[in-house]
Amino acid sequence: MNPVPDVLRLLPEVILTLTGVLVMLIDASLPPGWGRRYLGWVAAFGAMFAMWASIWQLRLPEGTGFFSTVETSAFTIFFHVLICGIVLVALLLSLDTLPEDSHHQGEFYALIVFGAVGMCLLTGAVELLLVFIALEISSISTYVLAGYRKETGRGPEAAIKYFLLGSFATAFLLYGVALIFGATGTTQIYEIARLAPAAQNHSMVLVALALILAGIFFKVSAVPFHVWTPDVYEGAPSPVVALLSTAPKAAAFALLLRVVYEAFPSLHAAWSPLLWIVAVLSMTVGNLAALRQENVKRMLAYSSIAHAGYLLAAFAGLGSSGIAAASFYTAAYAAMNVGIFAVITLVSGYDDKLPLVEDFRGLIYRSPLLGSLLIFFLVSLVGIPFTGGFFGKFYSFSAAVGGGAVILAIIGLLNSGLAAAYYLRFALSAAQRPAERKGEAALPVPQVGVAVGAALALAVASTLILGIYPREVLRAAEAGAHTLQAPPPQTSEPPMPADTPVRP
Amino acid sequence: MNESILTLILLVPLAGAILVALAPDRARLPNWIALLTALVSFGLTLHLPAHFALAKTGFQFEINRPWIENPAIFYHVGVDGLSLWLVVLTGLLAPIGVIASWNTIQERRKIYFALFLVQQTAMFGVFISLDLMLYYAFWELSLVPMAILISMYGRKDGPKAAVKFFLFTFIPSAPLLVAILWLYAQKNTGSFDFVTLQHAIASGSLPAGPLCWAAFAFLFAFAVKVPVFPLHGWLADTFSEAPVALAMIVAGKLGLYSMLRFHVGLFPEQARALAPYLIALAVIGVLYGACLALVQRDFWRLIAFAAVSHLSLIVLGIYGFTFTGWDGGVYQTLNHSIVEAALFVLLGALYNRYATSQISSFGGLASKLPQTATLFVIATLAMIGLPMLSGFVGEFLILSSTFTGVSRGWAVAASLGVILGAAYMLWLVQRLFYGPESEFASAKPAFDLRFGELAVLWPLAALFLVMGLAPSFWMPVIEKGVNPPQEKDRLILLTTAPSGSSSMAQPQGEGQK
Repeated sequence: MNPVPDVLRLLPEVILTLTGVLVMLIDASLPPGWGRRYLGWVAAFGAMFAMWASIWQLRLPEGTGFFSTVETSAFTIFFHVLICGIVLVALLLSLDTLPEDSHHQGEFYALIVFGAVGMCLLTGAVELLLVFIALEISSISTYVLAGYRKETGRGPEAAIKYFLLGSFATAFLLYGVALIFGATGTTQIYEIARLAPAAQNHSMVLVALALILAGIFFKVSAVPFHVWTPDVYEGAPSPVVALLSTAPKAAAFALLLRVVYEAFPSLHAAWSPLLWIVAVLSMTVGNLAALRQENVKRMLAYSSIAHAGYLLAAFAGLGSSGIAAASFYTAAYAAMNVGIFAVITLVSGYDDKLPLVEDFRGLIYRSPLLGSLLIFFLVSLVGIPFTGGFFGKFYSFSAAVGGGAVILAIIGLLNSGLAAAYYLRFALSAAQRPAERKGEAALPVPQVGVAVGAALALAVASTLILGIYPREVLRAAEAGAHTLQAPPPQTSEPPMPADTPVRP
Repeated sequence: MNESILTLILLVPLAGAILVALAPDRARLPNWIALLTALVSFGLTLHLPAHFALAKTGFQFEINRPWIENPAIFYHVGVDGLSLWLVVLTGLLAPIGVIASWNTIQERRKIYFALFLVQQTAMFGVFISLDLMLYYAFWELSLVPMAILISMYGRKDGPKAAVKFFLFTFIPSAPLLVAILWLYAQKNTGSFDFVTLQHAIASGSLPAGPLCWAAFAFLFAFAVKVPVFPLHGWLADTFSEAPVALAMIVAGKLGLYSMLRFHVGLFPEQARALAPYLIALAVIGVLYGACLALVQRDFWRLIAFAAVSHLSLIVLGIYGFTFTGWDGGVYQTLNHSIVEAALFVLLGALYNRYATSQISSFGGLASKLPQTATLFVIATLAMIGLPMLSGFVGEFLILSSTFTGVSRGWAVAASLGVILGAAYMLWLVQRLFYGPESEFASAKPAFDLRFGELAVLWPLAALFLVMGLAPSFWMPVIEKGVNPPQEKDRLILLTTAPSGSSSMAQPQGEGQK
C-alpha cells in the first residue's frame, strides 16, 4: 500500500481554510463602500469544493496521517459531507438575508467557513489534543457569530452566555484529557482503547470519561448542560442559528461516537446507563419546556434539546446498529432543522421582527410557499412517515429496542406524541386564517431569492430523500459504523512519541 | 397493466397534486386540474372490478418489491375482495369531493386541492398496502393533509378541531408502531409482510402475552379512527369544522377496513377474546349515538352522532364473528360512505347558502328548494335503511347475523338504535324542509342546487337504488374477501372458538339474501 500524503487526509479542511483566508483577504483589500455580498458566493463555492473533496477521499485507503492524529474513513467522510452541506445551506441563507448595509459581511462568511474547518477537523481527529484544538476553532467562530447582532441587547447577551459556559465546557473536556493522559500515558484514541482497560487507576479513567462527556453534552445541548440553548438561539441571528443548531452538534455527536465506541468500548457498563439517563432527561425536559414557549426560536431550541435526547437513545443500541442510527439521525435532524430555520429567517427577518408563534398565524395565506414549507418541516420534526424525521426516530428507537432498552424506546415514543402537540400548534397556526389587523399595516410578504431558494430546495430534497429513499444514506452510515467498530487501522507512521508514561 | 394498476392508482393523485401546486392560481384552474385527476383516478379504480378474477384466491394485482433493506420493508400492494370496493369507493368520492368544494373554497385553492389529492393517495395507500410498515406510513400520512385543511378552512375554530383530530388519532398510532416493530422483531417472523405475519401468528409460535398486547394496540388505534364508543370525542368537532369534502371521508371506512384486515384478520384469537366487550361497546355506541343525535341543535353535530351510531352497528357486525355479519359490515361501510357523501354535499349546500348550521333557523324550505328537499329525503331514506335502498341490505345482514349468531338481546338493542335512527333523521328532514317557513330562511334569497351538485347527487341517488336492489352484483367479491373458499385459508381467518364460550357461535356460512 502506497503511503498517502498527509495533506490529502486533511483535504477538505485545507480547502475550507484557504477559502476562509481568501474571503478575509478580499474583504480587507476592497475599498470601503463596495458591495461584499458576493464574498458569500466565494465561501459557498469553497464549501461545495470541500464537500466534493470529502467525497473524493473515499478513494483513499482508510488510515491515519500526521503522526496518527487525523483519520479518514467512511465515518469521517459521512460527517464531513454532512457538515459541508449544512454550512453550504447556511451560507446560501445568509447571502439573501444579511442586510445589504451590514458591516463586517466578509468576516461573517469567513467565520462560518473557519467554524466549518473546526467541525470537520473534530470529526476526523483521533488524538484528544487535536480534538481540543478543533473544538476551540469551531467554538470561537460560533461564539462570535452568535453575538453578531450587536445593536440588539440580546445579541451580546447570547454571545457572552455561550462563550462563558462554552469555555467551562471545553475546560472540563481538557481536564478530562489531562486525566486520561495521567492514567494511560497517551492521548491517542486507539492507544487509549488499548491501555485504558489495563490502567491501574481505574477511577481516574472513569472521572476522565465523565469530564469528557460533560464537555460533549454541552456542545450537543443535552440536559443538564442545556441552559444556554434557548438564550443563544433567541439572541443569535436566525441564519446563524440554522448553522448553530445543526453543524456543531453533528460534529459533537461524531466526537461522542468516537469517544464512547472507539476510545472507551471497555467502559460500556459505565457510559451506557449515563447516556440512558441523559437521553430520557433531554427528551422529557426539552419537550415539556417547549410546550410552554411562545417565542418560535426558544421553542425550537427546546425541541432541539429533545432531539438530542432521541439521538442519544440510539447509543443504547448494540455496536454498529447504534452508531449507524445515530449518524442517520444526525443527518435527518440537520436537514429538517436547517430547513425550518431557513423559513423562520425569511419570515421574521434578520432582525427577528416577528418572533412569536402568533406572528406566524396565517403564513400560508400570506406566502403559500413558505407556509407549506414550514408545515412540511414541522411534520418532519413530528416524525410523520415519508419524511426524514420518521426514519431518524425509527432507526434510533429500533436500535434502542435492539439493545434491550425497550423502556427507553417507549419513553421516546411517548415524548414524540408530546412533541406533536407544540409542533402542531405552530403548524396549525400557520395554516389558520390570518387575524384581522385593524389599523395596522399588513404584514410584509417574504420574498424568496435565488440563494435562499437553493438552500430551501436542498433542505426539502434531503428531508424527502431521507424519508422516501433512505437506503444510500443508511448504507453510508453503516459503512461509517463499521470503520468505528473495526480494529484500529494500520498506521503508516509510528504513533507520536509519548513522554514517559506517568503512572501515579 | 394488471401489474402496475395499483401503483398508477396511488401515483395519479400525487402527480395531480404536484401539478396543482405548480400550475398558476388563475381562475378555477386548480379546480379543473383536481377534477380531472380525480376522474382519471376513479377511472383507474374501475379497472380493478373489471379485471378481478373471482376464481383466484389470495391477493390480486399484486406487486412486491423491496423498498428499504434494513429493516426489510417492501413495497407490497394488492387487493382482495375486502378492499376492492373500498378502493373503488375512494376513487368515487374524489370527484364528489372536488365538486363539493367547487364553490366553497374561494381562497388558496392550490393548497386546498393539492392537499386533497395527497389525502387521496394516502387513503388508497391504506387500502392497498400489504406490508405493515407501508400501511403504517400511509395511515400516518392520511392525518396530515386532513389536519392542515381543517385548520385552514375551519368554520369557527378550525385549529382547535384540527389539534383534537390529530392528537386523538396520532397518539394511539404510537403503540401501533411499537406493536408492528415487535411483530417484526420476533424470531420466526422478521418481516412486515401481512401474509407472512398472518401465518406466523396462526401457527401459534409467538409468545401469547405480548401478542395480546400487540393485538390490543392495533385495535386501539383502529377504534379511535372508526370511532368506537367511548373514543368518539373528536368526531363532532371535526364534522362541524372540516370542509365537507374531507368530513365525508374522515370517519368510518379506514378504521373499519383496518379492523377487519389487521385486527380480526391478523389476530383472530385475540379479537375473538375481546369480541364480547366490543359487541357491548358497539351496541352502547349505536344507542348512545342515536340518543345524542336526537337532541343536537346543530346539523353537523347531529350527523356526527348519527355516524357514531351507524359505524357502531358495523363494528357489531365485524365482532359478531359471522360471515354474514362481515358481508353486511363491508356492504354497510360502502353504503354509509356514499350516503354520508350525499348528506354532506346537501348540508354543505345549505350551509353555503344560509351560513348557519342551527337546525332551528331553518324550516319550510321544501317549497323554495324542491330539488334539495327531494334529494335530501332520498338520502335520508337510504340512511335509515328503507328496503330497496342501499341502507337496508347492510343493516339487515348485520342485525340478522347478530340475532342468529351472537345473541338475541344485543340484536334487539341494536334494532332499537336503528329505529331511533329513523326518528332523528326524519325529524331533521321535517325541521329543515317542512312546517312553516322560518323568518330567517325567508329573509334570504333561495338558490336551489347548482348543476355540479345535481350532477353528483342524482348518480348517487341512482347508486342507492342499485345497491339496494341488486346486492348480488356487489356481494360475490365481498364474500370472497371475508369468506375464503378454501378450508386452509378459512382456518387462518377464523380459528375455532375456544370451547366453553357459549354466546359466540360458530361462523355462519350461509348467505341470507
